[in-house]
Amino acid sequence: MLNAMWPAFIICSFSFAIFTGNLSELNSSIFSSTKEAVSLSITLLGTMCLWSGLMKIASKTKIIEKLTHVLEPVISYLFPQIDNDSEIKNTIAMNVVANILGLGNAATPLGIKAMKLMQEKNINKDVLTNSMATLIVLNTASIQIIPTTVIAIRSSFNSINPTCVIFPIWIATIFAAIAGIVATKLFIKFGK
Amino acid sequence: MLKVIEFISNVAIPFVILIIVVYGLIERIKIFDCFLDGAKEGIGIVYAVFPTLVGLFVAIGALRSSGLLDFIINLISPVLKLVKFPTEIMPLALIRPISGSSSIAVASDIMKIYGVDSRIGLMAAVIMGSTETTLYTIAVYTSSVGIKNTRFILWASLVADFVGIVTSVFVCKIMY
Repeated sequence: MLNAMWPAFIICSFSFAIFTGNLSELNSSIFSSTKEAVSLSITLLGTMCLWSGLMKIASKTKIIEKLTHVLEPVISYLFPQIDNDSEIKNTIAMNVVANILGLGNAATPLGIKAMKLMQEKNINKDVLTNSMATLIVLNTASIQIIPTTVIAIRSSFNSINPTCVIFPIWIATIFAAIAGIVATKLFIKFGK
Repeated sequence: MLKVIEFISNVAIPFVILIIVVYGLIERIKIFDCFLDGAKEGIGIVYAVFPTLVGLFVAIGALRSSGLLDFIINLISPVLKLVKFPTEIMPLALIRPISGSSSIAVASDIMKIYGVDSRIGLMAAVIMGSTETTLYTIAVYTSSVGIKNTRFILWASLVADFVGIVTSVFVCKIMY
């Protein structure tokens, strides 16, 4: 994707700058941009280290298993077809919990494991089942308690209160997830 | 109401950290060794993404400084004004589902130009936090099991993204 987008951005904006005579601004932006990438990465470095460290501790404890039990009823509602298979149900619940905790490194392998388990039972191996579709949509909606990257970006720009966006993000992400699930259920019901 | 929301936002991180540390103690894990292991992985993540960020910051910076981005925004702004969608956010809304690192670059650019604590800057932050790189996620999950027919999931995920973005804009308009 970026192999097409990156050159398109550069060629279009450079020719536009030549065309409109904005060359001096373009020149200074080239070098200030690299500096911004460095300062953002340095801020990211601190936040990422702290958070990855904490999440490593979390992944060694039984927090995920405990939260998985709380989620059982929700998973059963969202995935009616797999109600009798506890291994699939558990893996999906763990994937969702890992996503919520922001354990990206743990969430993806768990999600893929759930996909593989569901694929074994899939009759038509080329086509997604309803449960697989629901799992993917749930993963694209990214429900997360602590949006670490956003907070790091905000603090790199010296925000007065970098964490003040957490609650608004929860609201938006919950609405997004509900919309995704409703859309999925509708698509399944009205067959596509 | 605003005070409560602010309190919840402020208490979220200390609370999560506290729970993790206490839980680790209860289960007798070598907490600090574990922390260091994870923190090292954190360095790896930033190290891996840095070259991408440099390349994209230059490209996005060029789009902005050449005047091309404003030119395109002005072209589509009449339509967006009709639905009361802030035009400044449009580049982020378009790129968010496509590329994770590009949307970091675009969001940073918006925060720099309009101010990180301005309404537009806050909208950019909320959009970044509440949506995901949809296309990448779909690709990883479907290719892991060799699925060819993905049916409706692209549309369902884009509906989720769209609602997430609209809610972000709406929530920020009410709150800030």
